[in-house]
Order: sequence, then structure tokens, then C-alpha cells
Amino acid sequence: MIMVNLILILLVGGLLAMISERFGKNVPRIVALGIVLIDLVYLLSQLSGMSDLTQLQAPIPSDPGTWLMHFKAEWIPAFGISLELALDGISLLMVTLTLVLGAIAVSASWTDIKIRRGFFEANLLWTLAGVLGVFMALDLFLFFLFWEVMLIPMYFMIAIWGHENRGYAAMKFFIFTQVSGLLMLISILALVSVNQSATGQWSFSYFDLLGTPMSEKVAHWLMLGFFIAFVVKLPAFPFHTWLPDAHTQAPTAGSVILAGILLKTGAYGLIRFAVPLFPEAAMDFSYVAMALGAAGIIYGAILAFGQTDFKRLIAYSSVSHMGFVLLGVYAWNELALQGAVMQMVAHGFSTAALFMIAGALQERLHTRELREMGGLWQHMPRMGAVAMFFVLASLGLPGLGNFVAEFLVLLGLFQVDPWMTAVAALGLIAGAVYSLMLMQRSFHGEPNPKLTEMGLVDFGTREMITMVVMMLALIGLGIYPQPLLDMAQPVLQSLLEVTP
Amino acid sequence: MDGLNIPLNHVLLVSSLLFVIGLLGLMIRRNIIFILMSLEVMLNAAALAFVGAGAHWGQPDGQVVFMLILTVAAAEVAVGLGLVLQIQRRFKTLDMDHANRMGG
Amino acid sequence: MRELIWLIPLIPLLSSVTLMLSSGKFPRLLIGLLGVGSVGSAALLTLALGLDFMANPEVLQLTLWTWMQVGSFAPGVAFYFDGLTLVMMSVITGVGFLIHLFSTEFMEDDVSYARYFAYLNMFVAAMLVLVMADNLLLLYLGWEGVGVCSYLLVGFWYQNSANGQAARKAFIVTRIGDTAMALGLLLLFTELGTLNIQSMVGAANESWQVGDTLPLIACLLLLGGAVGKSAQLPLHTWLPDAMAGPTPVSALIHAATMVTAGVYLIARTHGLFLLAPTAMLVVAIIGITTSLIAAFTALMQSDIKRILAYSTISQIGYMFLALGVGAWTAGIFHLMTHAFFKALLFLGSGAIIHCLHHEHNIFKMGGLRSKMPVTFWSFMIGSAALAALPMTSGFFSKDQILLEAYQFPDIGPWLWFAGLCGALLTAMYSFRLVFVVFFGQVKTKPDKDTGWRMALPLSVLCGLSLVGGYFIIPVESVFPMSTGTHPAHWVEYVSISVPLVGLLLAYLIFQSGQLRVDGLVNSAIGKIMRQFWLSGWGIDWLYERLFVRPYYAFASLLKAEPVDAVYGLVVTFNEALNGWLSQSQTGRMRWYITSMVAGLVVLVAVALQLSPEAI
Repeated sequence: MIMVNLILILLVGGLLAMISERFGKNVPRIVALGIVLIDLVYLLSQLSGMSDLTQLQAPIPSDPGTWLMHFKAEWIPAFGISLELALDGISLLMVTLTLVLGAIAVSASWTDIKIRRGFFEANLLWTLAGVLGVFMALDLFLFFLFWEVMLIPMYFMIAIWGHENRGYAAMKFFIFTQVSGLLMLISILALVSVNQSATGQWSFSYFDLLGTPMSEKVAHWLMLGFFIAFVVKLPAFPFHTWLPDAHTQAPTAGSVILAGILLKTGAYGLIRFAVPLFPEAAMDFSYVAMALGAAGIIYGAILAFGQTDFKRLIAYSSVSHMGFVLLGVYAWNELALQGAVMQMVAHGFSTAALFMIAGALQERLHTRELREMGGLWQHMPRMGAVAMFFVLASLGLPGLGNFVAEFLVLLGLFQVDPWMTAVAALGLIAGAVYSLMLMQRSFHGEPNPKLTEMGLVDFGTREMITMVVMMLALIGLGIYPQPLLDMAQPVLQSLLEVTP
Repeated sequence: MDGLNIPLNHVLLVSSLLFVIGLLGLMIRRNIIFILMSLEVMLNAAALAFVGAGAHWGQPDGQVVFMLILTVAAAEVAVGLGLVLQIQRRFKTLDMDHANRMGG
Repeated sequence: MRELIWLIPLIPLLSSVTLMLSSGKFPRLLIGLLGVGSVGSAALLTLALGLDFMANPEVLQLTLWTWMQVGSFAPGVAFYFDGLTLVMMSVITGVGFLIHLFSTEFMEDDVSYARYFAYLNMFVAAMLVLVMADNLLLLYLGWEGVGVCSYLLVGFWYQNSANGQAARKAFIVTRIGDTAMALGLLLLFTELGTLNIQSMVGAANESWQVGDTLPLIACLLLLGGAVGKSAQLPLHTWLPDAMAGPTPVSALIHAATMVTAGVYLIARTHGLFLLAPTAMLVVAIIGITTSLIAAFTALMQSDIKRILAYSTISQIGYMFLALGVGAWTAGIFHLMTHAFFKALLFLGSGAIIHCLHHEHNIFKMGGLRSKMPVTFWSFMIGSAALAALPMTSGFFSKDQILLEAYQFPDIGPWLWFAGLCGALLTAMYSFRLVFVVFFGQVKTKPDKDTGWRMALPLSVLCGLSLVGGYFIIPVESVFPMSTGTHPAHWVEYVSISVPLVGLLLAYLIFQSGQLRVDGLVNSAIGKIMRQFWLSGWGIDWLYERLFVRPYYAFASLLKAEPVDAVYGLVVTFNEALNGWLSQSQTGRMRWYITSMVAGLVVLVAVALQLSPEAI
């Protein structure tokens, strides 16, 4: 029931936020922040009652009883569809990340939303609810439902509150996700019917569908359906082109959620579904997937370097960073998977922070164009220092979370394919090139005289608190990632046993 | 009931002939009155087929459906004639090709 | 006492964080006290530790916590302390302290005083972690950490985009090396199952034979990191540009400590390199080649800091030569003496720049001997040590390197000869600097002389540069004993006399003018060679065309996102289809009905054709 409550709080909270606009223009954001924090506190309070989280036992994928939490209620029994939610170490990490970044996202759009604030906050909360559902649903039908639920409010956020080219970006985002989602739906239905013909039972439950016997060819096609849905979301080269538009045009909170959380649903899907449901097919396919990952790292980095739009540059850097996740998942050993999970969390923070900085700049300068910036450090030293920190995090400075993630991925990958590792490692160089260029063009360099007249305001207390939370998180992940690794370890171990 | 024994085939033949006549009328005529009449012919063709089939199988369903079609046809004529009047008022013509306001 | 070793990097780190959080609101005195005091106390702790170690030379291994553990991969945040670490730590904290002190005067007018010391303290902390790390991953943390501090400090005056350019170049070029090194780490862990340096070397000796391919690859990858950080061929081009930073930064980072990290890395992993003689040969050849190329370039420069930068590259080349021929102790010894005299020279040049309104061109200086006596003597002593004139510290270390190089099998005498050429050039360019800057006509008048905070570090470093050669570094237990016999006496005499010849030549050319080289310089070939050497053998020019411009071109080519064009095709196709189909919507009922009927007929016909038995 805890998991249902988590989702319900956000869904109902969205309605509340919408209604609360009647009581004042600034009420919805307070309500939204309150709701997310309540949800977070609720989750943590429920967890604190449980046994030591760092001593988790390995959940057996086919036995829901070994999971941290499990909830099942009938929904459409005729087709074996149920409301089945479950939580293990990885989902728990992702759920926590979602709620933390959710609160940060509310804070990120504290002042820049001018119209229909109630509906905005409602969409934000509903997206979060959808994401939580995705991270917890283990009935494939329900999973698909949540997959769509998180998409539609996000579409509204981009289409209504986005920047100058929002209509195009929102539509592109919607079509890419929708088409790939349909492929996944087809795969789900086919998988269920294959399972039905083998067992005589209709079931959408993950636990029943694991280990469904099927011919090699069928497995390949079904796996591909899942794979495409997830790598479009991730996004991996060459399915990434929706991302720069969507991230650039979305309002700050939208970018934060998109980059920080929504992309991770793709990675989560790969780890949870695409590989374990079709282990042999996925392993046969791993070289293609890894090649796409390596290509994404390089391609994203080169394109990031070519951008002159602050947000677009960060968007491409996400493509590059998510390449590491894809590599980590398909290298499929403990080191690489830990790296991938770590990257999901660390990238969530570093990119969310960079998008917030971009949003703050846009609010102050009314432009995202790097060519019109320069020397901003002089006007806003606090923001400059914070930006420097996150830029360094994003280029993989040891001591911060992203380095641990990337190094573990590379270490795991090296055992599988040294040459691919060498290619991926080039991304470290290219990453430094675009990251430092971003810093140079915005905060360093000669101060633009036009900017001096604008009377720029440095980060205030609210923004600094948000930033410091993320900085501490990244430092923590960078020098002592063990709690996180321990939480993911049993899950990964049992997943590794599923595959040959 | 044995005096009047028309084979089903004949009924269906007449019915399809009527249907085709109505269809051709729809395709060829431009005057909306004739189009409506053609529609009526087609409806009645279908109704005839139902009645014939119902008689052949000795089932009442055919006549039930006939009653339904009759009602539908009456309603259709009511609406249709109303439209005709409006079209006449607005376009001063009953030629449907002239009343076409679509861009295509 | 020794268990408190973790305090040594922690104190500068805390000071740095405090300064960063202060956002420049502290008074200058407090900033200075924090900045200098933290490094000073680290130096005192190091001194205490060193005395303790001298009394009881026992290595210490201290694990603070396990950094991360995934399966058998469990690098710790752990320190390893032996004689080599002690030497490095002493140099870092000792020279670092003097340079911090110097900085308080050099930077006194700068608005970002706190930011400067925050970065500089951070650098010291990272550098200490680098040399104290007991595993390669923690070493890598320090390695990247110093790289970032170097980036921040080179680009310290960020308003000038040329500084930013130099800073980025420094970071990215070294990152290329670092990436190679990271791959080396991956290979070593995958093959040997640990990154702990001591156990790794042990495992390597068990599973690999001398001359195997794997140790060769691993060593070459590590060497990639080393040449990047230590500015050796082919990744040396960043160092001269890095002189854009404040001069004390150049003294600390780009002369005394960070750039010698590569030397330290190779020395630390010498057990691996011994398994790969080819890699060692590569190290030696890279070292001597870099040394010569940089020495020629230094001879042509007119910017005082660039001369010193090329000289640093050249001297590190000597250290690489030493490592390559297995003269580990000599290499580390030269590292130490070089830290003394090169920091001295850089600080001296900093004093000149400070007092001469930020003038860098040596030909606009002159006659400073009487105006700035402390600086003059600093330069005299520093240059003498750099040129390895007898009885200076540089003499002992360089002489040792050359003698050991001579005994290297096969190509030893050649290496020795090349090293001698380098030594000749070194003497020439260093005394060219002295004669041009301190003798002759006064061209720019200094507006002040050095204060005590500048004079004191200079004096101390003068002393160290003179007597540093008599220090005995406690590394005999770290490195294998060199087994070479003593070469013939004439080798030694030649080695001693060559720098003197260089000094004489410099005097004749640049001071007394008795040796006229104008004809040679102004001849056609002389001009070309001069230009060629001035530009650092055209290597920057080459890289610019080989890597930088193609990358820019590639990025701007891809900027239009070719992948999106493919999706654009789908859109175009749909729009065309839409246009075509919408033509069929004429609005004529008769047309619709007819097409419906036609469609029906076709469908029925197809159905009948496909399943005739349905009839």
C-alpha cells in the first residue's frame, strides 16, 4: 500500500495544486513543494522502519516475496492484468532520486512560470507520479500505462510553458516517445500471448513472464521492441534527436525533470525488462547496443561542442553521458552495471543543476545564446563557482559522482571489449573540450558591456540551497558511494544470475 | 401461404436491381431531390431483401427489421427534406455540385 | 604520530574550502594567514614526519576508508608512505610554503585574493593526495585534481580570453594523456586484479615475464599520462602557454610540483617498467628528444617566462632520461633540485615582472643588477644550478644522470652525448637570460624593489639551490640499487666542463659581444631555423592543423544534426502523402460514392481471388 500511496499523494496533490491557484498566484508552487516533500518524507519514514537497507538480501526475480516491498491487487482478471507494484534496491534508488529531483524541479521553476501556475505544478506532479509508477510497476500493462502517464503532462509542460519553439519541440518529443512506446506495447502483447500459449494463463506480471520459453527469432523481435522504446527515452544515438529540442524548449523545471529523471526510465527499463525478459537475445544483441552507446558518447560530445545555445549544449552532453549507461548495461557485468546505476543518479544531479543554471541565466539575460554571454563570473561569482563545480562534475572529475560512474562502466566494459573501451574513453577528452568551452563562453572571457548595465543578480538563498544539496550529493557519491552500491548490489547480482 | 410462392432468388434479384438503380442514381444525379429518392430506393431494396429472407426462413426478424428501416427512412426523409429546403434557400439551386463549398 | 599523516593534505583542503565559502568577505590578512598558514603547518607536519622517518625508516600504509567496493574492485582512500613519498611531500609542502608566502606580496593588489589562495591550497591538497596515494585510482584523483587546479590558476585572470584559451589547452592536452593513463589503469586492474601499487607490482612480477607484451602496453599507457602531465613530447605544447597564469603559480605548479608528477608516476611504478625494457627505452628517448627540442626553443624565446617554461620541459626531459636508463634515484634527485632552482628562477622572474609593470620581454629589461640585488643573486644562483655549474645542486643531479646514461647498454654513449648537447644549450640560454636582463643598459626602471615576503622565499631557495646537492634522499629502499661501474674519468671531466663552455659562449655572444653571430642568424637558413625554433619546432602549428581545426570543422559540419535529417525525410514523406491524398477530398458526394463502390468492387474481387472456395 505504501507504493500506491506514494503515487496517489502526487496525483491528488496535483489536483490540489491546480485548485489552490484560486487562493493566490504563488500558492500552487508552495503546495507542490509541500506535496513532493511530504511524499519524500513519507517514503523515508516508511523505510526507516525496515531492516538495514545496506544489508539487503538478493531479491529473487521470480519470487516477489524476497523483494523489499510488493503489492498486488486484481484489476482486469480476465486478462491477468493486476495492479502489481514492487520495490527493490534499484527502484528504491530511482524513486528517491525522483522525489529529490522533483522537489528541486519545483524550486527551479519558482519564479519563471508566469501563466497558469496551478496547472503547471499539477502537470509537474503528475509527471512525477507517472515516473514513480514506471519505477515501481511490475505488471507490464500497468508499466505501459504509467509510461504514457508520465509522457502527457510532460508534453503539456513543454507545449504550454516552453520557449520560443515549443510547439515543434513538444510534438517531436511526443511522437518519438509515442511511436517507440507503441512498439513496446506490441512487444508486451506478443510476449503475453506467447506466455499464454505456453502456460495457458493470461498474465502481465513480470514475475510470470520471466523465463517465458520462446524461439530465438521471436525473442529477438520482442526484445527489439522493448529496446527501441527504452533507447529512445534514454536516448541513444541515433534516436536522440528529440532530446535537444525538448530539453532546450522546456521550461526549467521541465528540463530538470526530463534530464534528471525521465531519461533514467529508459535506462531502468533496459536493466529491469529488456535484458532479463530476453536474456539470450539481449546478449546476442549486446555488441550492437554497445556500439550505439560508444557512438552516442562521441557523437553527443562533438555536437555539444558545436552548440552555441547553453541548454542545447547541456542537452547534447546528456546524449554523451547516457551513452555510458547504455555501455554499462550491455557490458552486463557487476562493475559495469553498478557504473550504469551510479551514472543514472550522478547524471541526474549534475545535469539538473546545469539546467537550473541555464534557466537562471535565461531568466536574467533573456537569452540562452552563449555568444551573447561572457565574463559573467564578474557579475555573479556565486553562480560562476557553482557552474564551475557542475561543469567539472560533468567532465568526470574524480572525487565527484560522475567519475565513479564512468570509471566503473569503463572498468566493466574493458573486461568485455577493450577496444570499445578505448573508443568510449575518447569521450572523456571530448567531454572536457565542450565542458570547458561552455565555461569559457558563459562565465569566463571578457565581460560583455551590455550585460554590465543589466544589473545582474547573483544566486539567492533559495537557489543556493538547491545547489548546495546537489553539490553535497555529488561529493558524497564521489568519495563514498558505498551505500548506493550496496543498495544496488543484491539486485544486480540476482539479475546477473538470470542471464546465461 | 402456398399460393404465392416466389423463390428467394427472385426476390434477391429484384432487391439487388433496385439497389443498383439507387446507387447509380446517387452516382449520377446532381439534383438533391433525386439523390434523396435514390437513397430511399436503396433503403427499400435492402428492406425487400430482409422481408424476402424472413419469409424464406419463416422468421419474423425480417419484418421487424423492415419496420426499423421504414422508421429510419421516414426520419431520413424528414431531415433530408428539411436540408433540401435550407439548401434551396441558401444557394438558390438544388444542384449539389454548385452547392459545393469545399476547397478540394 | 605517523597515523596523523592524513592531516597533511586535509589542512590545505579545509583552508581552501573555507576560503571558497568566504566568497571574498574575509580581510586580506586573514586570507593570507589561512592560505600560507595551512601550507606552512602541512610543511611542519611533513618535517616532523620526515624526522620520525629518518629515525625509524619504516613504510606506513594507512587506509582511511574503502572508496568503493564492487566485487573484487576495492580501491581505498589509503595512503602509502615511504622515502619517495617523503621526498615528494617535502618538496610540495616546503617549496609550496615558500611560494605561498611569495604570493601574498605578488598578488596583494589583486581583487580575487581569496579565490587565488583557495585554488592554490586546493592544488597543494590534490598534489599531496597524488604522491601519498597507495593505489592508482586515488593517485588518479590527485592527478586530475592538480589538473583542474592548474586549469583554474592558469585561467585565473579569466577576463582575458587568451588566458582561458591557455588554461583549456593545458587541461585538454593533459587530459589526452590522462585518458591513456585511465586505460592503463583499466588494463592493469583487469589483468592483475588490483590497483594497489605495491601488490600490483608484486602480482605483475608473478604473472608477467620481462619483455611480455602486456606490461609493455600497460607501461606505454601509463607513460601517456606521464608525458601529458610532465609536458614531454608529444604532449608538451601546453606548458609554454600555461605561463598565462600568475607567476607564483608557474613556479609551484608548472615548475616545481605538478609537472614532475609524471616522473613520480614512473618512479612509483618502476617495478612495472622494469618488466618492459622497451617502454623504458621509449621513456629515455622521449626524455632526451624533448630535452633537446625544448632547449633549442628556449634559446630563441624573448618572453622571460616562456624561456623558463621551455627550460622546465627540457629539465624534465633529463628526469625522463634518468628514469629510462634506470637511474631512478638520480631522476628523483634531479626532480628535487630542479624544484629548488626552478622555483627560485620563476619566483625571481615573478619579482621582476611584479616590479616592472608586468613586463615579460627580456629585451625590454636590462641593467637590473644594481636595482634589484636580491633578484639578481637569485637569478645568478638559479641559473648556475640550472646550467649545472660545479658545486651547485643541479650539478650533482645532472651529472649523476649523465653518468648513468653513459653506462646504458648499446645506445648509452649516444644518450650521454645528446645530454651533453642539452647541457651546453642549457648553460647558454640560462646565462643569456642573466646577461640580457641584469647587465647592460637599464631599459625599464623598476618602480619598487622586492619586499620581505618576496625576498625571504628567494633567499631560502637560493640556499637550497646551492646546498641541495648535498642532501641525501632516503629512497635507497624504494628503488633497486644501480649496479653500474664507474665510467672512465674523461667522461666525468667532459660532463663537468661542457656547462662551463656554454657559460663562456653565452658571455661571448650576449655580454661582451666578441663572438658575432649576426651573420649566422641573419642568413637565409639562419632566419628559417630561428623562426622554426622560436615556434617550438612548429609542433603547435602542426597540431593546430592536424587536430584542432579538423575538430572545429567536424563539429560545425555536424552542428546541423545529420541524424535529424533522416527523421526529416519521414516528415517530408508524410507531408507529400498528405498533399496527395487531400486532393481526393473534392467535397463532391458523387465522387465519394463512386470511389466507395469502386473500392468495394476491388475488395470483393480480391477476396474472391484469394479464397475462391467461399463462393
